[in-house]
Amino acid sequence: MRLTNITFGFARWKRTLFWLALSSVCFLSPYILRAQATSKEMCLSCHGVQGLEKVRDGKSVSLYIPEETLSRSAHGALECVACHADISEIPHASELQPPQCSSCHADASRDYAESVHGTAYARGAKDVATCSACHGNHNILPAKNPDSQVYPLNLPRTCGGCHGDPELAKRHSIPVTNAYQLYMDSIHGQALTRSGLLVAAQCLSCHGSHRIFPASDPRSTVHRTHTPDTCGNCHVGVLKTFTSSIHGREAKAGNPAAPVCANCHTAHQIKRVEMDSWKLEIVRECGTCHAESLRTYRDTFHGQVTALGFTRVARCSDCHGSHDILAISDPDSSVAPSRIVGTCRKCHSSANASFVKYDPHADPHKRARNPVLYYTARFMTWLLAGVFGFFGLHTILWAGRSFLERHRENHHHSGSASSQATNAEEGKK
Amino acid sequence: MSKYYFRFSLSHRLLHGLLILSFLGLVATGMPLRYNQAPWAVALSHTLGGFRVMGFFHRTFAILLTLCFLLHLALVLYRGWIRKQWKILWGPDSLVPQPTDLIDFYQHIRWFIGFGPKPVFDRFTYWEKFDYWAVFWGMAIIGTSGFVLWFHGFFSRLFPGWLFNVALLIHGEEALLAAGFIFAIHFFNSHLRPGKFPMDLVIFTGRLSEEELCEERPYEYGRLQKEGLLESLQADPPPLWMKNLSRILGGVSVAIGLLLFILILFAVFMGRNAVHV
Repeated sequence: MRLTNITFGFARWKRTLFWLALSSVCFLSPYILRAQATSKEMCLSCHGVQGLEKVRDGKSVSLYIPEETLSRSAHGALECVACHADISEIPHASELQPPQCSSCHADASRDYAESVHGTAYARGAKDVATCSACHGNHNILPAKNPDSQVYPLNLPRTCGGCHGDPELAKRHSIPVTNAYQLYMDSIHGQALTRSGLLVAAQCLSCHGSHRIFPASDPRSTVHRTHTPDTCGNCHVGVLKTFTSSIHGREAKAGNPAAPVCANCHTAHQIKRVEMDSWKLEIVRECGTCHAESLRTYRDTFHGQVTALGFTRVARCSDCHGSHDILAISDPDSSVAPSRIVGTCRKCHSSANASFVKYDPHADPHKRARNPVLYYTARFMTWLLAGVFGFFGLHTILWAGRSFLERHRENHHHSGSASSQATNAEEGKK
Repeated sequence: MSKYYFRFSLSHRLLHGLLILSFLGLVATGMPLRYNQAPWAVALSHTLGGFRVMGFFHRTFAILLTLCFLLHLALVLYRGWIRKQWKILWGPDSLVPQPTDLIDFYQHIRWFIGFGPKPVFDRFTYWEKFDYWAVFWGMAIIGTSGFVLWFHGFFSRLFPGWLFNVALLIHGEEALLAAGFIFAIHFFNSHLRPGKFPMDLVIFTGRLSEEELCEERPYEYGRLQKEGLLESLQADPPPLWMKNLSRILGGVSVAIGLLLFILILFAVFMGRNAVHV
């Protein structure tokens, strides 16, 4: 109504100008509309409505994005189309391309593309970690924000979403099927979850973030050639000791049999070394390589007591050391002839040069090692075999004869009874 | 009512009782260490309160058994040297093996395999003498090696340390021999064999009826009659309480012994395949 008034109230030249302006507005309107369509406000006019959803593969998917989620996120200042770059008009296509994080985060993307996750993704794996799987999408936060999915205290749960699922591990042939559960029970996991220790090792501390590789890959931070340095990032003192130990030196020299941190401590279920279960397990762990030493240890009082599950006697590390372990031929070794008395004295205060001639790994099968022990063992074996053989046979023969006699007696009795009966019958006749 | 005669004096019976108690205790507290791979050994050692408690009781029973051994030696010395009872050192009343034991053994084997009549015996049969000497030797060897291990600080000043390796080996092997011999051979010979089953109460009551004496040891019976000693050994019949107490104590001891024997057998034969881990 008002428009009509204006239109018809104007002078002719003014009318011409008006039509010109109107037509230019109409001509430019797609451009203006687009500018409006790609503004966050425009997007939220639909996606800010609670309950907005669509059906994808027969399932309803929420398309609702709360405004405060966006404004709180690290990308809060960006427009939606900064990530959803394939939206140019409204209504937009029903399926959008995944946002290309690489357009801003080039370094992280390059690292990711190289990693085990990135290569699997490139091969077309659907259930593999992508940027958003770890960092979130609209709710993305800086890693330093305590609410971030990749904040140190939250990271294990984020990684555990996949790495606590044995089915997923099986699908991707991941050797550790329940890393999350193992980690959460470990000393690192407990320090993180119970004490909220930011310095406690979590997934990233050992595996890295974007450049994650399987432990078998030499590029991996947890490959056996890098494990000591990786653990040594925190355990600086231990690394220093370990490097000069026989295990450390052999590992550095490339001996594939030499243990590194994870071989003894395991990778994920690392325990407090004061725990009895650890103290007993580590003895068996040493024995996985030093089988002969474990066998002979088990023949001694020390080995018998620990086998029963008690820890108050000498275990491998009590004599040999742990990170500082050295070959017996090394004069600095705790079991070297020059130091052995002191080592035994840790428990046996009266130990002396004669005492340490005790062999904590005596083998009665090796004559050269201790001939007296060897011949004593042979004698005892023959004595036991002789006595048990002789009296075993004696007992068996005796038992056999006794039963036979008893059987005969019974038979004789019943036999005579029946013959008496026959006689009696005959007598009647 | 039949007559009864003493076979074992009160001191014999008490020492045998002490022997039973300490021996069962030693086996129960020692074998878990030797068969530490067996599940029962782990369970038993934890049930008993850990290896330190087990060690404490093992040493306590060791002292009791040592006491038993020394008391026996003292009795033998007293009777032999002070009371001048030379007959306990040689002859039919002695546990020292006699030439007749060889003949008895030969005849017994002949009877086993059906080549001769059942032989008759005097006061101590050859297998009873073996029982005695096996335990005697066992106590000396196991005891000595045990004390060497117990007081290793002291003994290390007298002997080189590898002696403890030898002592531990001997201690364990002899213990297995002793336990196996007592629980299988002695139990069968003296208690479980047909004719004695389930138990010969004479070691607890000390008394033997005249019929038993005549039937089992006619030589001894005849000898005692001839020497006029039979009357001096005459005893009251064992009262019912004594018989029942003997049955309970003996039954429990034999049951514990057999259980330990089965556990040892289980560990020896089932544990063969177990990896030493």
